[in-house]
Amino acid sequence: MSLNELLQPMTLPAWIVSLPLLAAVFTFVFPRIRIWAGIFTAIITPLMVVFLGREILAHGAIQMQVGGWQTPLGIQLYADGLSVAMLGITAIVIGCITFYARCYFTGDVSSRYFWPLWMFLWSALNALFLSGDIFNLYVTLELLGLSAVALVALSQTADALSAAMRYLLVSLTGSLSYLMGVALLYAANGTLSIKLLATTGAASPSIATAFALMAAGLIMKSALFPMHFWLPPAHANAPAPVSAVLSALVVKASFYILMRLWLVIFEPFINPSTAQLMGVLGAGAIIWGSVQALVAERLKLLVAYSTVAQIGYLFLIFPLSSITQSNHTAWQGGFYFVLSHACAKSAVFLAAGSVIYSFGHDRIKELHGIVRRMPVSMFAFALASVSLIGLPPSGGFIAKWLYLNAALTGGHWWWCVLIIIGSLLATAYVFRFFSRAFSYSPEVVEERPVPWIMEWTALGLALCALILGFIAPAVTTLLDAGNPF
Amino acid sequence: MTISLLYALVGVVLLGIGLYSLIIYSHLVKKILALNVAGSGVFLFLVATANQTSGPVPDPVPHAMVLTGIVVAVSATALALALACRIHQVTGTARLTENEPE
Amino acid sequence: MTFDNWLPLLILLTSLLPGIVIFVLPEERVRWRTTLNMGGAILKLGLIGIMIWGVRHEHVYDFRMPILPNIELVLNADAMSVMMTALSGVLWFLTTLYAIAYLETSPQSRSRFFGFFSLCVSSTVGIALAGNLITFIMFYEMLTLTTYPLVVFRGTPESMRAGRIYIAYTFGGGAAFLIGVAWLKALVGSVAFTEGGMLAPYVGAYATQLRFIFFLMISGLGVKAALVPLHGWLPKAMVAPAPVSALLHAVAVVKAGAFGIVRVVYDVYGIEFSGELGLLQPLTAAAAFTIIYGSVRALFQDELKKRLAFSTVSQVSYIALGVGILGPIATIGGIVHLVNQGLMKITLFFCAGNFAETLGVHHISHMNGIGRRMPWTMAAFTLGSLGMIGVPPMAGFISKWYLGTGGLTAGKPWVIAILVASSLLNAAYFLPIIYRAWFREPAGSWSARPSIGALETHWMLLFPPLITALLALLAGLLADAPFSPLEWARLITAREYRP
Repeated sequence: MSLNELLQPMTLPAWIVSLPLLAAVFTFVFPRIRIWAGIFTAIITPLMVVFLGREILAHGAIQMQVGGWQTPLGIQLYADGLSVAMLGITAIVIGCITFYARCYFTGDVSSRYFWPLWMFLWSALNALFLSGDIFNLYVTLELLGLSAVALVALSQTADALSAAMRYLLVSLTGSLSYLMGVALLYAANGTLSIKLLATTGAASPSIATAFALMAAGLIMKSALFPMHFWLPPAHANAPAPVSAVLSALVVKASFYILMRLWLVIFEPFINPSTAQLMGVLGAGAIIWGSVQALVAERLKLLVAYSTVAQIGYLFLIFPLSSITQSNHTAWQGGFYFVLSHACAKSAVFLAAGSVIYSFGHDRIKELHGIVRRMPVSMFAFALASVSLIGLPPSGGFIAKWLYLNAALTGGHWWWCVLIIIGSLLATAYVFRFFSRAFSYSPEVVEERPVPWIMEWTALGLALCALILGFIAPAVTTLLDAGNPF
Repeated sequence: MTISLLYALVGVVLLGIGLYSLIIYSHLVKKILALNVAGSGVFLFLVATANQTSGPVPDPVPHAMVLTGIVVAVSATALALALACRIHQVTGTARLTENEPE
Repeated sequence: MTFDNWLPLLILLTSLLPGIVIFVLPEERVRWRTTLNMGGAILKLGLIGIMIWGVRHEHVYDFRMPILPNIELVLNADAMSVMMTALSGVLWFLTTLYAIAYLETSPQSRSRFFGFFSLCVSSTVGIALAGNLITFIMFYEMLTLTTYPLVVFRGTPESMRAGRIYIAYTFGGGAAFLIGVAWLKALVGSVAFTEGGMLAPYVGAYATQLRFIFFLMISGLGVKAALVPLHGWLPKAMVAPAPVSALLHAVAVVKAGAFGIVRVVYDVYGIEFSGELGLLQPLTAAAAFTIIYGSVRALFQDELKKRLAFSTVSQVSYIALGVGILGPIATIGGIVHLVNQGLMKITLFFCAGNFAETLGVHHISHMNGIGRRMPWTMAAFTLGSLGMIGVPPMAGFISKWYLGTGGLTAGKPWVIAILVASSLLNAAYFLPIIYRAWFREPAGSWSARPSIGALETHWMLLFPPLITALLALLAGLLADAPFSPLEWARLITAREYRP
């Protein structure tokens, strides 16, 4: 291919996947340039995503065969509005966290291995969102899982290592289950391409089993209650940038796959009570996660349980979308949750990381009056919490509103009550931390000064969550581009 | 029964054995072994589906999937074993401690 | 977009932008902070003046921004918004002055205080200018968020406890309100404020659901408006510094709740439709009960600010009472009381703050002879109390007169009984304070005045209550003058009941 051909917008998907991959390899082979390579990627990749987005808004979905090999043996990359939205949020979140990580890991031995793994993670996420066939999704899921596990184990403490091991075992089990589902689906329909699977297919026991297996695997990887047990230790013990990306993006990736498959392939063939079951599990997640967050003693643990609760909100998409009049609204609400939660949760983890960096610990009982000591981080935490609770003006509020609208249009008031209870519980556990943070304490505590980049990236991400509250029409237009729904 | 059906059934049985062992045993190496057995079961099932084509040439796609799967399984096993070694070095035991973080 | 479109947004920004800047200002930049504060306040007053003139002459000031697929953020200036905005603007200016002096000796961060203070006023202005329920609820919740740090400003354990209770009540109320609004939107499709209400056509199909929605919304609003039994947070919130109590109780939080009730009944449901649905009786009953309950509880409080808090609980329900009685005269009474109560109550709180700050007096039992030591402050307090009781020519008398007359013409003579009882109770808990202050000998000795001819306290602590007391007096004396609160209330009611 000539240089001109290489730079066509059609090839953007391939670049978006390859650039972080190349960066990963480079940073592993040449450790000295690791930071610059990372930052370079962090700047260029979002730009590419923006170009891709413009392309899709103008011309609809884009399809690309990697290397010119045709399906079914070749890999197909497919980008519509939904993929671009996910790519975009990934780029924003990982981009910001890259700058944070640069300061967080300075002088640390683990910094040497952080950068290659970080780039692998990013590449895996991009590839996942751009995949057009179900087997490629398996490969990217595995790549994602392995990089995430290695990142969790980075600090090499006993707790981190056990948490990483647990995560790895769960992840592998989930992937195997998913792969079995892929095998069944292929045996039944003879194709791997998602688009083709959408048109072929009929209800049959193998389809139902395939869905059950794939869903089980993906639910384990998304940490939906009651399969959430691996998440709190992993997120609480990983370094802050890693926790941020885990909560914000990695668990969302498997959820994204589940949603795509449900939407495109499975929905007509599966018993509607499955959707209700997922909603009930989601409700369990919201309640259980919030309650555990209320009693958590460490800040990062509180935030990790908050993730468990928020994932419950995501799974409410399934029952809400089965209400025919609100189908579209429910999908928009669910994905708005994904987008705003990604920004808000990463902001919160980064702020928590700054707290640990400064004070050496995150035991909530001892964090008196830190509003005065770290105003920027606390402000970031507050703004992000506004989105997590679902208060206006924020992305979280828009998402909550869309859900409420969807539920009420169908008259399903019980989901409304659940959503509101979730918000009130979130308020409770957020303010549990905040009342300590605001209280006045004259005691002198040792603290390390936090580099301004760390505090301001957290604030930047929190502002993104806030801004999402104002640009809803634009975002929903993007989500609809290429007709994923 | 046909050869394919036999392969498929054995594959499913292996998957079941693997998953069961994964849950039952607490020693890390046994868990990793269990995952490998389960993985082999899935691959066997895939190979069985390759025989579904009419005509003498089997479907190459499942074979490609199995090859990719083996590569992935090897990498994953390598990571798992490395982690298990490290856990043994740091904690002295090769079992996951059942700790709910406080 | 013309200037007419930008004006509402600009008024909002005159406190929002300075607030954000003040947050990042280092603590020592006192002059910058004061300039930003006062500059913003004066600019806001100027813009509000323009808006008052414009709305009087039927200009339309409208700012729209799409915020959800089929919902817009709407800032709209009609007569009601203008009145509320003007009240907020004037009182913010005075409270800022007061707060600057009050917090001189505070060890906590003043940048944080004034930052949140400005955001709080922006939220109130946003509530006032909201053109539909969505915009209203956005600023309503923002108000809760920005007032919490002010309530817990001192950081003491009691402040934190008060803050927790405040959050519990207000978020619970906000949740109920949100469900009501979402339900209404799903049912009817539009949540805009229209003069005269817009739900009348839906009576047939949805009557029961509309009743539920009304209940939810009024509960949500009633928390902030301190309707019994949702008033529990208000007395606890008295641990906040005096400027915060003044602002919360005269302008921001309670008025937002009462204003919301006015908006929902008049501009969403429509007053006649509400009557048809039978929604007004429960509202009036709750209001009447709150009026008496608040006054009775106030009788038994020794702490001055707590007594004033319960008095607020009681007085704000006059507005709900006026709303609940069908008829233009009662409406006028309720709406004008929004302004009158604001002026009088803020005077009382300013004075309470002065007593606490200058002399360390928090309890009524220690207030013997305080009138000799701080005559001007006590004079303002006396005027405010007389207004509360309803003695002419103070503004409080005007509101009560209209409420009473309105009750009579609507065929509800018991309203007069409530008003008389309440006035008597008011007298019972205010007159003793006045008597003690002027006619009793002080028990201990206070620090003497700095020198003869010097002011009894800092001028920035003294002038605001004097100004507000004067305004309360003028609002009553000059009630018939153009641009007085009463005139304005008449204008609003005329437009509301327009056929």
